Order: sequence, then structure tokens, then C-alpha cells
Amino acid sequence: MNKNLKEQVLRSSGVNVLKCMRCGKCSGTCPSYDEMEYHPHQFVYMVEKGDIETLMNSKSLYKCLTCFACVDRCPRNVEPAKVVEAVRLAAVRKQDNNHLSPDQIPAMLDDELPQQAIVTALRKYAK
Amino acid sequence: METFTYYPGCTLRTKAKDLDVYARSSAEALGIKLEEPADWQCCGGAYTTAKDEIATKLSAVRTLNAAKELGRPLVTVCSACHNVIKQTNYDITNDEDMAAKVNNYLGLAEPYSGETTVYHYLELLRDVIGFDELAKKVTNPLKGKKIAAYYGCLLLRPSKSMAMDDPENPTIMENFIKAIGAEPVIYAQRNECCGGYITLEDKSQAAKRSNAVMNSAKDQGADMVITACPLCLYNLKKNSDVDLPVYYFTELLAEALGLKEASNE
Amino acid sequence: MQRIGVFVCHCGTNIAATVDVKTVAETLGHEAGVVISQDYQYMCSESGQNLVKNAIKEHNLTGIVICSCSPRMHENTFRKAAAAAGLNPYLVEIANIREQCSWIHKDIATATDKAIILGRAAIAKVHLNAPLIAGESPVAKRALVIGGGIAGIQTALDIAEAGFDVDIVEKQPTIGGKMAQIDKTFPTLDCAACILTPKMVEASQNEHITIHSFSEVTDVKGFVGNFTVTIKKKARFVDETKCTGCGLCTEKCPMKKVPNEFNMGLDNRSAVYIPFAQAVPKVATIDPNYCMMLKTGKCGVCSKVCSVGAIDYKQQDRYIEEKYGAIVVATGFNPIKLDKYDEFAYNQCPDVVTSLELERLMNAAGPNGGTLLRPSDKTHPHTIVFVQCVGSRCDDSKGKPYCSKICCMYTAKHAMLIREKYPDTEVYVFYIDVRTPGKNFDEFYRRAVEQYNVHYIKGMVGKVTPKSDGKIDVQASDLLANEQLHISADMVVLAAAIEPDKTARPLATMLTTQMDTNDFFTEAHPKLRPVESATAGIFLSGACQGPKDIPETVAQASAAAAKAIGLLCKNSITCNPCVAHSDELMCNGCSSCEKVCPYGAITYVDKEFRMPDRTTKVRRVASVNPAVCQGCGACTVACPSGAMDLNGFSNSQIMAEVDAICK
Repeated sequence: MNKNLKEQVLRSSGVNVLKCMRCGKCSGTCPSYDEMEYHPHQFVYMVEKGDIETLMNSKSLYKCLTCFACVDRCPRNVEPAKVVEAVRLAAVRKQDNNHLSPDQIPAMLDDELPQQAIVTALRKYAK
Repeated sequence: METFTYYPGCTLRTKAKDLDVYARSSAEALGIKLEEPADWQCCGGAYTTAKDEIATKLSAVRTLNAAKELGRPLVTVCSACHNVIKQTNYDITNDEDMAAKVNNYLGLAEPYSGETTVYHYLELLRDVIGFDELAKKVTNPLKGKKIAAYYGCLLLRPSKSMAMDDPENPTIMENFIKAIGAEPVIYAQRNECCGGYITLEDKSQAAKRSNAVMNSAKDQGADMVITACPLCLYNLKKNSDVDLPVYYFTELLAEALGLKEASNE
Repeated sequence: MQRIGVFVCHCGTNIAATVDVKTVAETLGHEAGVVISQDYQYMCSESGQNLVKNAIKEHNLTGIVICSCSPRMHENTFRKAAAAAGLNPYLVEIANIREQCSWIHKDIATATDKAIILGRAAIAKVHLNAPLIAGESPVAKRALVIGGGIAGIQTALDIAEAGFDVDIVEKQPTIGGKMAQIDKTFPTLDCAACILTPKMVEASQNEHITIHSFSEVTDVKGFVGNFTVTIKKKARFVDETKCTGCGLCTEKCPMKKVPNEFNMGLDNRSAVYIPFAQAVPKVATIDPNYCMMLKTGKCGVCSKVCSVGAIDYKQQDRYIEEKYGAIVVATGFNPIKLDKYDEFAYNQCPDVVTSLELERLMNAAGPNGGTLLRPSDKTHPHTIVFVQCVGSRCDDSKGKPYCSKICCMYTAKHAMLIREKYPDTEVYVFYIDVRTPGKNFDEFYRRAVEQYNVHYIKGMVGKVTPKSDGKIDVQASDLLANEQLHISADMVVLAAAIEPDKTARPLATMLTTQMDTNDFFTEAHPKLRPVESATAGIFLSGACQGPKDIPETVAQASAAAAKAIGLLCKNSITCNPCVAHSDELMCNGCSSCEKVCPYGAITYVDKEFRMPDRTTKVRRVASVNPAVCQGCGACTVACPSGAMDLNGFSNSQIMAEVDAICK
């Protein structure tokens, strides 16, 4: 367990993972659940255990839509999406670890796609 | 005529012109002047909730500060811009550490600490003009139309900072629909995600989400869906195979006010 | 010359681990007037008390200071010990060096310094203490029970059994409360009505019990043994003494579209109504919000059909005043509103119901005559999903932070009853934890799983999407399978958190009793005085004190009755002599004290005074009724001329304490 990494994630997310009562409502409400190998409640629990690196290497990081459904519906006010965001940042801030680079983008475009999507994806997936 | 500072955002300049154009013309008809601040920047598209991110929050603070200097509330219309600007404003008001770092970087004449009031265009209609007043100004009521309001995530959540409406049982868009003479259709997926930016790399996931929303709306008998977000509109139109037209709410507003020809499906 | 004794308690290690008790005793021994200063391991023990008693006699003490725990714990103990040794009990002062010192400090030097200062303050005060003699006041031999649910009924029956008169005030038209709405009771599955209604009848027929139904408490004055309570008897527009409960008016009433609150709004009743067949009193009530006669003056059908002439459209609210020796609060609970939890689609779909609504749907006297049918289309549901902890155990702004305690058991009951009666129905229960402490409770839950094959799934529902074909998509997590499920259900049942009745908060203000942040009444001691409030003469019964099931409620109701009976048995009670008095020569008659007195203990009298020039003058001065005064001290603070003073806590004593602390 990488203690520094855990502390960094906790600080960056501002989340107190100990508030979680393991009800699983975040995972019950998550629209990306089936696309993830680690689900919102597991993010919270694995951060509590300090198992951050597994999450950093997981594609789940890029499946969270930041829809904040888990944040709003969590009965304990844990805010799981903020944990996902903090782990994702820890991953993309590594050298050469951007999930998306600008030269990939032209191939993804079509005439109607609003640039909002590109800006947002770059915010989420790259430093 | 009351004047508000207006932040259109980048997408409204290009792909979402209809959202912008009809917001402006309708506002004018309703006695509201919308004035863009000089040199506004892109909001960033998504708010980074991380406490150790500062750079990504600066552009929204610049916009908020511009509105403060003009001494007027800020009006947004794109859901994403609204979300970023509103969350930024909430955090800079409540998170001293962030406020200190942001102000240290920007070096403004007077530090910005959340003074600007931010309205979404819908809130402008509800709280400044009033839906009753709006209804009185409608010349072309959209009688008999069954309209499903699509909130998506960005207008309502996180509800603590967005504070627009009840995040699970919102009424603002439904009351807007009633004000323009149509009938709102309530469906459970109205506040679930359309897939957002995932459409870039995973069309199937975006399709799954968009279909869930559109099926729910159609299932409850909607004739059309309205939204305030260019990316939602894109996803619901492009990634869903449900045959249901999707419009910006400002298009229908302009239509009801007699400023636009009826949309042809 | 004062001869003061100081006794410093170790309280085992409670005090001694943080406060250097030897140093405290030694230092305080040098204070002026102190002739003996000792420390001891447990001053409240018999040998500790003997130490105090012997010192009083041996040193002929004129006052004592006990440095120990809070006076709420042992002031009485030491007052009794002093009295036994021949010292007036009001010459005892307690310096609280436990709760206010050792428990809240970690540093020994700091805590010791503080203990010494607190001791000094008490010594300074005891220098000015005067012996006080406690008077007595009579006890009104009648009890008031506020709330007529199972808690209030049980308390009233027990008090009546002991031979005392007792009044029940119930805000609804009938007693019975929530239990009357429940179908079956866990863990024995006996019918709630079958065990409740005999008690309701017993209460109505008991010569010692008076039921004020459709009534509310609007004012409470006085103190333990001598409460004066105003009860508002709301106009029901039916003469209770004439109505026979025949029900003809309810049949003939043309206004039949009134949501029936007894059935949780799942069906309608008429504007004139009797809540349910076994209502007590079985008397009709007219709902003025719906009655056409009362609203428009046009109708009068009920009056025409009533053969005994009981209908009275002109009836007004009446107020009665009664004297009581004891008051028992039994205001009960309600499920929370689920407006803020629409991810479960409660507002969108009639087939998403609360557990209490399900009770009515399954009840033989409910809207479907006991056949479980969906509210939307009256069809039989084949798949039912239960969601636990809706609004309970929450740390958000919407829910309650506590466990509502009863939901795990009633959900197991519902699941089992449904599987028993309709074996073709699949039942799912989403749970966070299954909490079943209680006699035969876990066995009951296991029966639901093992014998009735109810699907218990560890996880939570995240989104409910009703569909136009009548199906309800339930999206939920199954944490053990690590899956997100979509169950196509016909009904969803939400175990809504329970909260105290909304009338409890204003009532607590009237009774000057304490509540916690959730509006549950606070007991005098969480372990040792669970049915008494901190206000003497006010007792707590049932869910107004915290979430409870029926067996616990009944047990607590009887316990509250026992406490009330203990009080009513006394002919008189010892008054607190620490009451206010006014120095008539200083009083300027301004009425400030009268206005702030919460007990109505102060009146003004015109009194003749002799002036220096031998003339006389009539002046208006304050007069305190010592039997009514509770010694709160509000008047002494309000008095601008310093005429009001409080025995045992005089202005000079308090200033001496402050001086000693600041020295």
C-alpha cells in the first residue's frame, strides 16, 4: 500500500471515505456501472484500504461520466465521484500518462459534435 | 429594460447557435437586455472537483469577476457552462484555500470571493421574469404539445452548489413548458446522464445512456424532448435510435413568443 | 466564625487520574474558614459519607464543600448525609471537578489548578449560604396522558389500574394511533387490531379514564404535582354525548371524495366520517375543509338523517382547564415524507408505496379488503421490491441520522406475509444491514429467508424508472455478486424513516422539557431514568423518546405509568426551597420580573409602607408564590433594582464565586 498516494487522493478529493456505510447506493445508481471493472463503492473502499495503484491502472477511471448521481444520492454524503476524479488525476498527472492526446481527436469528430465534448474530455483525460 | 451580463460559451458560437440566438431574441422580447462581457474565455467544459486543481478553474473565475466588475448578475444558458461557473462560484465562496490560491494567481485589483449572482436562463425566467408573466407574453402557445424536459445531470447536480431545484423531483422546466402553453411529460430518466463526453471514445456507452433517456421519455408519451445542453442534444439526437425530436428550450420559447417559425419535424 | 469542611473525591480514577487530588485537598485546606480538608477514593460510598458525617460532628462544621462529580449526580446524597449529621442540607456545596474538569482536560497541572479554583469558588459561596427549610406542596391526584396510541393507552390503563384518574388527550377523532393502522405484528404475526381494540374499549369503559379525542393541549402551567393544563376540544360539529356511531350520516354524506388518512390516502372517505369501524369514541366528525354545509351553507344531509339530532354545524372549539399531578408524553411518530427521495419515483408512480401504505393495502379493513392489489390498476403484483433504510442512517440534509429500528422487522414481516398468501409472488429485499436484535427477531428474519425464500440482497436501489406498461424498472446494486441489477417489478415498497410527531416540539416548549436534535424527548438519564424527563413530573412513553417497536413501547408505557403512580401516591411533595423572593423596600413595581417568569409565580400587590416622616404610602410591589416558583432565576436577572434574589443562589453568593474564580 502506498501511503503517500492514499493521502494525496484523500486531500485532492476532499472526501472522508470513512463515512461510507457500504450501502452500495452509488453503484446502484451509477449509469456507467456495466462499463467499469471497479465500481463506485469499490473506489471508496479501495481508497480506504490504500489500494490506489490498482485503480489508477483501471479503465474504470475513464468511464465515470461525472454525472454526480452518486454524489447527490449517497446517504452518507461521501461523494464517490470526487474520489474517482482524484484517482484519475493521480493517473493522468504521471509523465506520459495522458489518456487522450489532441492528435487523436480529429478522427473522433463529426460535423455536429459540439466542441464542448472535446474540451471536457481533455479536461478529464489529460493534464 | 433590466440588463444582465450574459455568458454564451464557445459551443453557442458554433454548433449550438440556436440555443444562443433564441435566448437573446426572447430575452429582448421579455424586456431583458443581455450584454456579453469583453474577452470572455471558455469555461473549460467540465468542473474539476479536485481541491488541488487551480489552473482549470481560472477562466470561470475571470468570467465571474467580469460580471462583478460590471455590477450585474451573470446569466448562462448552456448547462455545462452553468455547471462549471456555478460550482466554481460555490467553491470560491466556501473554500478559503482555493480562493486564496486563485486570487494569488490572478492578482485582481480586488480579490474575487463569490460576489456574483449566477442565473441559468431558466432561473431568469422563473425568478426574475416569473413564469406567470412569461405566460402572459406568450402569443403563440404550444397547445397540445406533450414535451419531455430533459435536465440531464449538469443543471441539477451537485445540488448543494447548483441549488436550482429539487434534484430528484425538479419542476423548473415543467413549469416553463406550462408557461409556453404545452403539457409537460414527467419521466424518471429526465435527470439521468445522456453519456456526455463518453461519445468521443465509446459510442456504445453513449448510445446506451441516450436510449435509456429517450425510451423513458417516449414511453411516457412525449412528442418531443427539450434540453439546455448542446452535448445532451447531440447525444440524444445522434446516439439514440429513438424517433423523437430534440430541441433547445430557447427554440420553443422563441416560438411561443412569436419570434420563430414552428419547428418542422 | 465559619467552620468549613472540604472533601475531595477521587471517583476512582475518574478524577484522580487527571487531577492531583492530594494537592487540591491540601491547597483548599489553607482557605479562610476551612478547618478540615480531606480526600477519599469514593466520597459517595457509605464510608465516604461517614467520613463527611463524622467530620461535621467532630469539627462542628457550619458548611461543607464536596469536590466531586456534577451536583446532578450526588448533590442529594451529600445533602442527606449532612442532614443526618445535623447540618442543614442547604449548607452543602458541590464543586464539579469531574464533568467540568477531569473529564475534559488531559494535562494534570492544568486540571489540578482548575479543580482548586472551582473548590475556592464553592468555599466562597458556602461562606454566604443560609440554612433553608423546604416546604411542601400537595399533589393533584390525576394524571394527563398526551397521545392516545398504544403507548398512551397502556400508560393510562396502568395508572387507572392503580386507582387514579387519568385523562387521555388525542388529537385525532379516535384513539388507537399507528398500531390501529397496522395489519399484523412481528414476530408472532398476531393481528394488530385484535390485540389493540380490546385495550381501546377497556380505556373507554374504565371509570378512571376520560378520553378527550379530537383535542390538543394548548397551555401548561405549574409544576410537579400541580400542573394546570388547558385542553382545546376541537369542534367536530357532532355532539359526542348524543352520537351513537350508527354511521348513517357517513353513508348519506354526498361529499365522498375526501382522501382517507386512515388508509394513507389510498381511498376516499366522506366529509362526515368515523375513521374506522372500531374507533373509540365511536363518534362521527365533520371535516370542515370538505363539508359543503360548513363551506357553502348548502347541504345539511347529515343533520336530516341523524335520528338523535347529534349534528351541530354551529359547534365551536372549546377550552377546558384541568389540574394534574403528573403528565405523560406519548406523542408517537410518523414516517417521514419522501418528497426528497424521488430517485425511488414515489411521487411519479402510485405503485411505489411506503411500508405503512402497504399495511393498509394488506389490511382486511383497507382499501382492497385485504387483497394485495396494485394501487394503479388493481391487479395482483407478481414481483415486489422492498427498499430498506430510506431516509434512515443518513448524513445528508434530507434524512435522519439514526436507525429507525423497526423497518428490518416489519419488512421481513411484509415479505413473509406476501409469500405466504401469494406464493407466486417474488419478493426482493434490498438491505444495508439486517438489524434484528430482540427476542425471536433474528429467527423471524431467518424464517423469511429460509422458509419463505424471500430474496435478501445486500445492496441498495439507486434508481427506479416506472414504465407505461405498468412495470417498474428497479436499478440496484448487488454488492455480494458485484453486479448492477435491473429488476422488472410490479410494486416497490419503501421503508421510510420514522420521525417524532410534529406536535412534539411545541409541546416540549410548553412542558419545559428537553429534546434532542431530532426532536425526540430527552430522558433524565439514558440508562437509569429512561422514562422520566429532566423536568419533574413529566414522563415519557413510547416512540416520542426514540424509535421503538410495539413490545418496547408497551414496556416503556407501563414503566412511565409506574413512575407517574409513584408520584400520585404521595400526598405532598417537598418543594425546592431555592426560590426567589423580593425585597419590597427595593422593588419599584416595574413588572419586569412578572413578564419573564415562565411559571406565573409572581404577582403584584399594593402594600402600605411607613415613610421616614411617619406618613404612610401605598406602593405596588412584587410578591413571589414560593409554591409555584421553580427557582430558575430569570426574575433576578431581569430586576433592574436588584430587589429580586434567589435563595441558595443569591446575587452576593454568585458574585463571591466569580470573585473567587478571578482572584
